[in-house]
Amino acid sequence: MPEKFDVIVVGAGPGGAACANVCAKNGLKVLMVERGEYPGSKNVMGGILYRKQTEEIVPEFWKEAPIERPVVEQRFWMLEKESMVSMGYKGKEWAQEPYNNFTVLRAQFDQWFAQKAVEEGVLLINETVVTECIQEDGKVVGIRTDRPDGDIYADVVVLADGVNSLLAKSLGMRKPMQNEDVALCAMEVLNMPKGKINDRFGLEGNEGCSVEIFGDATKGELGTAFLYTNKDSINIGVGTTLSGMIRSKIKPYELLEYVKNHPMIRPYIHDGESAEYLAHLIPEGGYNAIPKLVGNGVLVIGDAAQLVNAIHREGSNMAMASGKMAAEAIVKAKQNKDFSEVGLDSYRTSIYDSFIGQDLKKYKDLTHTFENNPQYLNEYIPLMNRAASQFFTIDGTPKWDKQAKIMKSMTAGRGKFGVVKDIYQAWKVMK
Amino acid sequence: MAKTIEEKQYLLRYNADPKSHLTILDHNKCATQCEGQICTIFCPGEVYKWEGDRMFVGYEGCHECGSCRIGCPNDNIKWEYPKGGHGVVFRLA
Repeated sequence: MPEKFDVIVVGAGPGGAACANVCAKNGLKVLMVERGEYPGSKNVMGGILYRKQTEEIVPEFWKEAPIERPVVEQRFWMLEKESMVSMGYKGKEWAQEPYNNFTVLRAQFDQWFAQKAVEEGVLLINETVVTECIQEDGKVVGIRTDRPDGDIYADVVVLADGVNSLLAKSLGMRKPMQNEDVALCAMEVLNMPKGKINDRFGLEGNEGCSVEIFGDATKGELGTAFLYTNKDSINIGVGTTLSGMIRSKIKPYELLEYVKNHPMIRPYIHDGESAEYLAHLIPEGGYNAIPKLVGNGVLVIGDAAQLVNAIHREGSNMAMASGKMAAEAIVKAKQNKDFSEVGLDSYRTSIYDSFIGQDLKKYKDLTHTFENNPQYLNEYIPLMNRAASQFFTIDGTPKWDKQAKIMKSMTAGRGKFGVVKDIYQAWKVMK
Repeated sequence: MAKTIEEKQYLLRYNADPKSHLTILDHNKCATQCEGQICTIFCPGEVYKWEGDRMFVGYEGCHECGSCRIGCPNDNIKWEYPKGGHGVVFRLA
């Protein structure tokens, strides 16, 4: 009889490592299987890690984790070709404990985070692909790997195998993914001396800044670009829905070059030295794309369960939170000796009752509405830029006249009725 | 700074498996049933190159993102993970 575990976690990203960690803390025998050379070697993220959900797995993690900088300023840029409207918030309270969020480099952070699970007693096996779930009598009872004699058994298998989750697909737990349900993101890490980063972004010491960029950065397709400051490098990236890339026939790396050379962005990154180029898919289908989360002997978490809030750039935190909820459901199932779909169902209810289910429900129609109504990006962002330019240009025109002209130009393109409808529609999908 | 895709791809570390993890199921479909060969545009690693009559698959430069798995209009790409420990090795982000 081959060795049997209480739990096998497939994938050692933030979700998998969080789940394995909590399972082990509760005395379960856990195996975590990673297909990369090390945890993080297949993982890509723009770079914002949230404090709250990470802290629930490893208290005061910032004292020892390989984080880059605590973010003290969040900026939002609405870009036109040669201008931008910017807003943001900077607060010194974010520069001290307990912090709000951090920039991280995932290949480094994930190794550390998986190691914390190992310290709790999890057995981690790298360089191993899980090719299928072993099923008996309609129950998942283990995994088949690409190693010789690679069958391993467990009471529960947790699928934390990322956005493409071939395992959830092969178990029929989710529908085929659509081009509009994923964002294709390309990014670069640019090395730059710490002092230069601090000067350019107006930062002191180890403070960090995040910039979310809308509008011309994606040439009107639904998506965003970003700039995140690391210790001595900058992450710059851009992504749009795969359907947007296909429609506009943009090559992702050429879009990235367009962003890097944009006159509003170039001054921040010029003379940086490229250190790495990475591409990844982000599951952005939201609430309607959530797969079946629980089966007999199996749970789906993190990106594999499409748990990403695109509008608030939350993903790794949802992965960790879902991993923890999965672990709690498994502990309960173990006590009741019932690993069936019913026995594990508390995971599903936890997800839908938590901020994950609630937030994804709140924005459930947002992606499709913005995807199908390109005027939000193509008309209103240029309009904001023109309005700001007119209002702040001192040319002898009275401000009342300027306001009237701006109001008129607001409704010129879409008509008064069209604008009201757009505002109502945007409010409806965001309320 | 890396400008071209060649320069960008050169920044990456790969541990290529001798066997491709990407398979065109029916090369004839790419030639006769596919307009524009869109995978050659959206693939972030420029893995797919149309050679006039046949699709060349440079799987060694694959980021394993899955775009071609979803985006191929003819579902004509068999997409698997490279063997354990193989494929792209991200070192930073």
